[in-house]
Amino acid sequence: MTDYSENTNVTSYKVVRSTPASRIGSVIGFILFIILVSLPNWGDRATIRLFVEIFYILSLAQMWNLLAGYGGLVSVGQQAFIGLGGYMLFIITINFGFGAIWAIPLSGIICAFISLPIAFLVFRLRGHYFAIGTWVVAEVFLLGFAQIPSLGGGSGKSLPIAIVKAISDTRAGRDAAIYWTALFVVVSTIAIVYLLLRSRHGLALTAIRDSEEASNSLGVDNFKAKLLVYIFAAFGTAAIGALIFLTKLRISPSAAFDINWTTTVIFIVVIGGIGTIEGPILGTIIYFLLREPLSDFGTWYLILLGATAVIVMLKAPQGIWGIITHRFDLRFFPVQRRLHLKLDE
Amino acid sequence: MSVLEIENMTAFYSDFQALFGVSLNIKKGETVAAIGANGAGKSTFLRSITGLVKNNADTFLYNGETLTGKVASDIVGLGIAMVPEGRKLFPSLSVEENLIIGAYQQRPGNWTLDRVYQMFPKLEQRKDIAGTALSGGEQQMVAIGRALMSNPDMLLCDELSLGLAPIIIKDIYSALPSIKAEGVSLLVVEQDINQALEIADRIYCFQEGRISLTGKPEDLTKDQIATAYFGISYD
Amino acid sequence: MIEWANTIVQGILTGGLYAMFASGLAIIFGVMRLVNITHGDLIVLAAFIAMVVIETTGFNPFLSLIIVLPIMFVIGYMLQRGILNYTLGDDLLPPLLVTFGLSIVIQNVLLEVFSADSQRLKAGAIETSSIQLVDGLSIGIFPLITLVTAIAMIVGLQQLFNLTRLGRAFRATSDDATTAQLMGINHRHIFGLAMGLALGLVAIAGVLMAVRSNFDPSIGPTKLLYAFEAVIIGGLGSLWGTLVGGIILGVAQNIGAKIDPGWQILAGHIAFLIVLVFKPNGLFPRTRDD
Repeated sequence: MTDYSENTNVTSYKVVRSTPASRIGSVIGFILFIILVSLPNWGDRATIRLFVEIFYILSLAQMWNLLAGYGGLVSVGQQAFIGLGGYMLFIITINFGFGAIWAIPLSGIICAFISLPIAFLVFRLRGHYFAIGTWVVAEVFLLGFAQIPSLGGGSGKSLPIAIVKAISDTRAGRDAAIYWTALFVVVSTIAIVYLLLRSRHGLALTAIRDSEEASNSLGVDNFKAKLLVYIFAAFGTAAIGALIFLTKLRISPSAAFDINWTTTVIFIVVIGGIGTIEGPILGTIIYFLLREPLSDFGTWYLILLGATAVIVMLKAPQGIWGIITHRFDLRFFPVQRRLHLKLDE
Repeated sequence: MSVLEIENMTAFYSDFQALFGVSLNIKKGETVAAIGANGAGKSTFLRSITGLVKNNADTFLYNGETLTGKVASDIVGLGIAMVPEGRKLFPSLSVEENLIIGAYQQRPGNWTLDRVYQMFPKLEQRKDIAGTALSGGEQQMVAIGRALMSNPDMLLCDELSLGLAPIIIKDIYSALPSIKAEGVSLLVVEQDINQALEIADRIYCFQEGRISLTGKPEDLTKDQIATAYFGISYD
Repeated sequence: MIEWANTIVQGILTGGLYAMFASGLAIIFGVMRLVNITHGDLIVLAAFIAMVVIETTGFNPFLSLIIVLPIMFVIGYMLQRGILNYTLGDDLLPPLLVTFGLSIVIQNVLLEVFSADSQRLKAGAIETSSIQLVDGLSIGIFPLITLVTAIAMIVGLQQLFNLTRLGRAFRATSDDATTAQLMGINHRHIFGLAMGLALGLVAIAGVLMAVRSNFDPSIGPTKLLYAFEAVIIGGLGSLWGTLVGGIILGVAQNIGAKIDPGWQILAGHIAFLIVLVFKPNGLFPRTRDD
């Protein structure tokens, strides 16, 4: 460490968050955004659908990362909110006549309220047990929704064609509308998580993650901060769930509350890099790049993903993005503040 | 002949360097005190000897055998026991169980449960209650007895007096001569300088991870010790 | 009336199996402070190993344990020393995410090797024989054996933990692994032994489960949840609590199934959530000095 205090004077300093990478990144990001916005105009249907899937998986990954990577709330039961959001979309479009696109944020808001009593239950379980508690809750929804005849019971329900047609008369129009919605969801998810982490609340969260004891002594209200994160993640996850089942047009308890949603997301975040915004993006890219060539291998693909996640957690817990930042000091989403000193030599 | 011989030991807590080239030796049956301010590296040094803190040294010999790279649980089996700072009794174990677990390695020797009870009769009366339900002084007795149960050749004591009333400290320290009489070498870390000077054959003073002074208590002046202890002189 | 009595008695007998699932989980948590998400998959793994042993040797399921149990012990020891010991620390994420990843790996390896077909171990006449207590109420011999085994297991574990050198080492390491090392206890080895012991219990539980009901590679997570619920209902750290927890779960499931077959598992989960609301520390929370 260099000691500047003796023969140099700090003439000025500023606290900065942007990095060269983040400035280049925002230019690249803007160009990428333009390309992605225009995709329905030149891409074929399969490409559009693939990107919709990439967008919602990435959004889920960001939500889970916010919860676990920043909030320290390791939930393996987020499929509860994916399923709830999906069912909520079906209920409010079919029974209350809302438009399908507007039903997406509305589903998120309703599920945020539902998440309150759930939080009341699962927050009673500490640490590791919280994880399994959230899983039990998801199972309760899985088994419970199968018992509701008006929602089709165990075999599920399809979205009536009229509701789908209300989005747009043509198939291409619907695909484009859903695509743009998905793009909006993923961009706003990343933006909100980014802004949240840059805010005072984000600082509090980082403090909690780094040391629960220390942040307690600093007067950071752990419980309140964690609860807010949990509710926000419930809102986001449910809205994404609504989007997912709008693209699938059919919902059943076993598809909606499937643990595999969470499994996929956990693997993506862990392999990409937990506790960063870039990590889930990288993880999602890796997941889809590997999935296409390996989809024929089914179980082996999952074995590979699981083993990779285990090895990453053991050998490089900061994930692949962690390895990259460590080597190149690269940050596209600089959440941390850095002190820049101007030295008078 | 030295029982313990250490040359140029360094130790780190992740990125933070706590010891900078500490050298020390202890002869058989000798009592050595390590003194110094808070954070001077005394405890880290003891924990390095027991293998709890990773360290590097040019020489790190115990009875002529190198301890470098040995894990803590094996070092106990070679005859080095420690009374850790803050007693650290096991809450799930009764007083007697806390003592028995000291003999986990079943090293042969003279120390038995009966002898520990002889030394600290209070403990026998309370042997079935949880160790952590005892008073601070009694807990310290258990911690010493527990260390002795491993039949050590060398006993490391970390801050025996910490948090105890003066009269109880006297009690605790009065046990040390009888342990010494068994030929056990003692390395005592102590913030209470007077207590340390009283029992030690030699002292080492730690300052910012280095040895700042060493010698026999009778050869050292108050001023020398104060300088070595605080890093400043009274002058 | 007698029907309901029967439901409750059958529920208690089922509870024995759940207590067995739970005691392994409780030991792992008790000694290592680790929640092992692979627990259910390891139960299924034990069942499949027993199936292979039975096919190759022709042993009956009970006898197969003399091979399955040591295999599971060794798997447990190696799992702990080779992988899980490296996840221990203040951070909750590594142990959770590593065991979660392993759980997916085990499930899919079993799926690849044994296919998704449902399996069952055959134990002969003992499976169906029962003692009739009164008209309409009888106790199956096999469920009874399961419950008695569970009780014997808990008594044995208590003796082990309270009276033996190894048990003291388990408790001391669980209290404070650093200080335990100063006693000459190699905490890594002790953790390995604890996991080996837990998987020994898992072996017994897995074989008994596989005789009683069908199994396939996908059922592990459900068994994990049962074990977890029994532990929480009973109260963390209490072995007898896991028996009570298992029984409450078993009774709730049987009552649920009687009302509507679709409600069987749901009723168990709901019983768990009710306990969580009113007794968040379980029915028999461990006090520090018991």
